Amino acid sequence: MAAELVRGQNHPLARNRIEIRISADAPFVAGATLADESGRVRGADGVAHPGAPTLPGIEVSRQAAAEHRLAVDLDAMPETVHRVSVLIALPATPGGPTRFGALAAPRAAVTGLDGTEVAGYTLTGLDAESAVVVLELYRRHTAWKIRAVGQGYAAGLPALLDDQGLPQAAELARGIEEAVARGLARSVPAPTTDADRSRRTAASAHGPDLPGTATAAGSPYDVQTPGDSAVRPAPPEGPAAAPPTGGPVDYTHPKRRQPPSPPAPEAPAPADGPVPPVAGDAVGWSMDERLYNQVWGMFEDLARSTAAYRSAVDFADSRLEKELDQVLSDPRSRLGSAGDAAREAARARQAQLVDQAQAVLDRDLAQLAAESEVVEPALPPAYARWDNPAWHGYRVPTEPPMAVRLGDLHLPESDPLRIPMLVRLPLERGLWIDSGVPDESRSVEAGELRHLALQTAVALAARLLAVHPAGEFGVRVIDPAGAGASALAPLTETGALDTPPATGAAGVAGTLGSLTERVDLVQMAVRGGASDALPSGLDTSRQLLIVHDFPHGFDDRAVTQLRYLADEGPDVGVHLLLVADREDAAAYGPLLDPLWRSLMRLTPVPDDHLADPWVGHAWTYEPCLVPPGSHVLQGVLTQVVAARTKRT
Amino acid sequence: MTVNMTKGQAISLEKKDGGSLSAVRMGLGWKAAPRRGLFGSRTREIDLDASAVLFADKQPVDVVFFRHLVSDDGSVRHTGDNLVGGAGQGGDDEAILVDLARVPVHVDQIVFTVNSFTGQTFQEVQNAFCRLVDETTGQELARYTLDGGGEYTAQIMAKVHRSGSGWTMTALGVPARGRTFQDLVPAILPNL
Repeated sequence: MAAELVRGQNHPLARNRIEIRISADAPFVAGATLADESGRVRGADGVAHPGAPTLPGIEVSRQAAAEHRLAVDLDAMPETVHRVSVLIALPATPGGPTRFGALAAPRAAVTGLDGTEVAGYTLTGLDAESAVVVLELYRRHTAWKIRAVGQGYAAGLPALLDDQGLPQAAELARGIEEAVARGLARSVPAPTTDADRSRRTAASAHGPDLPGTATAAGSPYDVQTPGDSAVRPAPPEGPAAAPPTGGPVDYTHPKRRQPPSPPAPEAPAPADGPVPPVAGDAVGWSMDERLYNQVWGMFEDLARSTAAYRSAVDFADSRLEKELDQVLSDPRSRLGSAGDAAREAARARQAQLVDQAQAVLDRDLAQLAAESEVVEPALPPAYARWDNPAWHGYRVPTEPPMAVRLGDLHLPESDPLRIPMLVRLPLERGLWIDSGVPDESRSVEAGELRHLALQTAVALAARLLAVHPAGEFGVRVIDPAGAGASALAPLTETGALDTPPATGAAGVAGTLGSLTERVDLVQMAVRGGASDALPSGLDTSRQLLIVHDFPHGFDDRAVTQLRYLADEGPDVGVHLLLVADREDAAAYGPLLDPLWRSLMRLTPVPDDHLADPWVGHAWTYEPCLVPPGSHVLQGVLTQVVAARTKRT
Repeated sequence: MTVNMTKGQAISLEKKDGGSLSAVRMGLGWKAAPRRGLFGSRTREIDLDASAVLFADKQPVDVVFFRHLVSDDGSVRHTGDNLVGGAGQGGDDEAILVDLARVPVHVDQIVFTVNSFTGQTFQEVQNAFCRLVDETTGQELARYTLDGGGEYTAQIMAKVHRSGSGWTMTALGVPARGRTFQDLVPAILPNL
C-alpha cells in the first residue's frame, strides 16, 4: 500500500529509480535543487529546471504543464548530493493563476518505474504561495528517504531559491521564467509540419522506453558541463530544435500542448444523462476485488435509493393524513363541496409527491439494472449464478477468491433486479439453511422444503469446493438418518467427498470427534506459534461440515461438540453448514439459542429476513440453485476431483 | 470566482449555462489551537463540527453529523470528524458532500450548521471559514468567514433549498449556541 504522507512526514524509499508525478489543475513549472551535506545548493548548476532540464540523476520537464513526471535515478546522483528538493512554481502567464490557493490542492505521488505508488502527498492549505517545495529526497546513511515538505513562498520562485542558499536566486528565477515562456511559445498549436512530425516520432520513440535509456551510457542522465544549465543559450525556436536522439525525454503528450495563456481550467461539462456502466468500475487491486466492491456499491445504492423512495412516500402519506384530519376538524368543510375539494387537493398533493418519488426511484433502478446487465456476465465463477457461462468454461483455480456468492437479494420495489449477495472468504460465521421456513402461502410442502434445503446446501458446498484450489477445501457430511442421499448425489457420485456421508449416532460422534480434535490441534499450534509441529497426517485444508437433519442422531455430547465447532472452527478453517428446522431442536430449549444466533440464516425459498448494514431494509434472499436439468454441478465437481487426484 | 456571502444573501445554484449543479460540498476549515510545548497533550484543542439537517416541510427528516455520516438515502455524506482543525490556510477540515440529484423528493431544504463541540466561541477560533464548492469542478461558489464572530458557539451557516426545478443557496449566518446540531433545531426553524 502506498503511504499517504502528511506534511513533515518521512518515508523510506525501497528503490532508487523512481518517478515523481505532480499534478495540479493549472499549468505549473517543476524543478529540483540538489544540495550538499550542509544543505546548500552549490550554484545554479545544482538546479534542474525547464531551462536546464537534465542533471545527473534527475530530469524535469521543459515546460509548464498541469502534470509533471520527474524521472529520478538516485544511484546516478553525485556523491556530494545529499538532498534533492522538488519544487513547483506558477509561471507568470497573463491570465493564469498567481497563487496556489486559487487551485485545488496539488498532489504529488512517488512511484516506481512500473507505476506502483510508493508514497503520495497532497499539498493542502496553500494560499498566496506561488512557489512550493513539494518534497525532498535525502540520504540517511546509505539509503534514501523521502519527506513531505509543502513549504510555500508567497514571494515566488526567487524567495524559494534564495531560501535554498543560492546566491543568484533572482537571476536564476528570471532564467527559469524565460525558459518557461519559450516552452509556451514552442507549444503554440501549429499546423502539422514535417518538422513537427519528426519531433513527434522522436518523442514517442523515446517516451516509453525511459527505464531502458535511463541506465544506458549516454543517457539523459549524463553529466552536463557545469555552467551550461543556468545561462544556457536559448535553443533555436521551433519544434524541430528538440534534440532528436539521446536528448531529454519530453514527457508531455505531443498532442496535449499548453495554450500560450492558459485560461482558468474549465472542467469538462458533465455528460448529459448517466454514463453507461462498466463492469469492474470500482477500486481494487484485482478484477476480483473491483467486482466485489462494485457489487457492494450497487447493494448500497439500491438500499439508499429505496430508503429515499420509502421516506418520501411515508412523508406524503403522513401529510395526507394530517391534511384530511384538518379538513375533518374544520366545521365549515363538513358539509358542502369545500370539504370535498380540500380532500381532493390533499390527495392530489400526495399522489404528486409519490409520483415524483417513483420517477426518481425508476431512474435509479434503470441505472442499476443497466449496471447489473454488464456486471453479471463479467463475474467470475465464485460470484456467478450457476447459469452463468463462467461455470461452463470452469477451470480449477490456483488461488481462492476473496468472496463467494451465497445467493441473490432484492427488495419489493426493485423487482426484477437482483443483487448478488457476496460474502468474504474465509467465512466468518457458519451457515444455517432453514428447512423449516414458516410456510403460509407457499405451496412447497414440508418434505419438499427439506429436500430443497439440502439441495441449497449442496450447491453451496459445490461452489466452495470449486472456487478453492485443488485440495485446499474439503467437504464432510453428517446425514444421520441417510435421508439426504438423493440431494447429496452430486457430491457422492462425483467422488467430491473424501469420506462418504456419516450415518447413525456412531457416524455423528466419529466425524465431530475428528473435527474437534483438528480444531484443538490447530488452535494449540497457532497459539504456541508452532504450526509446523502439527502431526503429518493432519489435513490442513479448510473443511466444510454439512450437518443434515440436526439434531437427529445427536446426543448431548455431540451437541456440545457442534457448538464448540461453530464458535472456534471458523478461525482454524472448520466451517459449519447446518441444514435444520429449528422446531426439531425445540426440546433443547434456550440452550441452542447461541448456536442459532451464531449462524447466518439462509433459506431454500425466497424469504425476507436479511438486513443491509446501512438502513436495515428487510431484503428477500433467494438461494443460488442449479437450473433444473442442468449438469453443471456434476461437470464442475468432476473437474475438481480430477485436479485433486492429479495433485496427490 | 467566489462570492463572499453576506447574511441573507441568496445565490442560485443554477449554472450560467442553464444546467444545474449536481453535487456540492460544504467545507469547514479552521486553524488548530497552538501547540503547547510541555504537556502538549493538554493543548486546548478546538473541535468544530459541521452538520447538515434535511427538512421536509419544516420537519427534520434526517441529519448528517459526526455520528451519522451518511443520510439514509445516500444523498448527503460527511467525510468524517476532525477533532483538532488544520493549518487554517484555506483547506477543508470537515466536509459534507451533497448529491443533489439523489436528495429524496420530499426533502426541500438542507441546512448546514457549525458547532463548537469543545465549547470555544468563534472569537477564540482563528481562520475559521465555511464554503460551498461545486464538487464536479472544484470551483468555490461561496465563502463565509466565521472568526471574529463573537460570543457564539454555533452558527447556522446556510440553507440549500429547492426553487423551481433547481436549488438555491441562501446564506443565513445566524449565530446560536449549542454543542451539537440538536441544540440548534429550535434556532433553525424560524429560518426555514
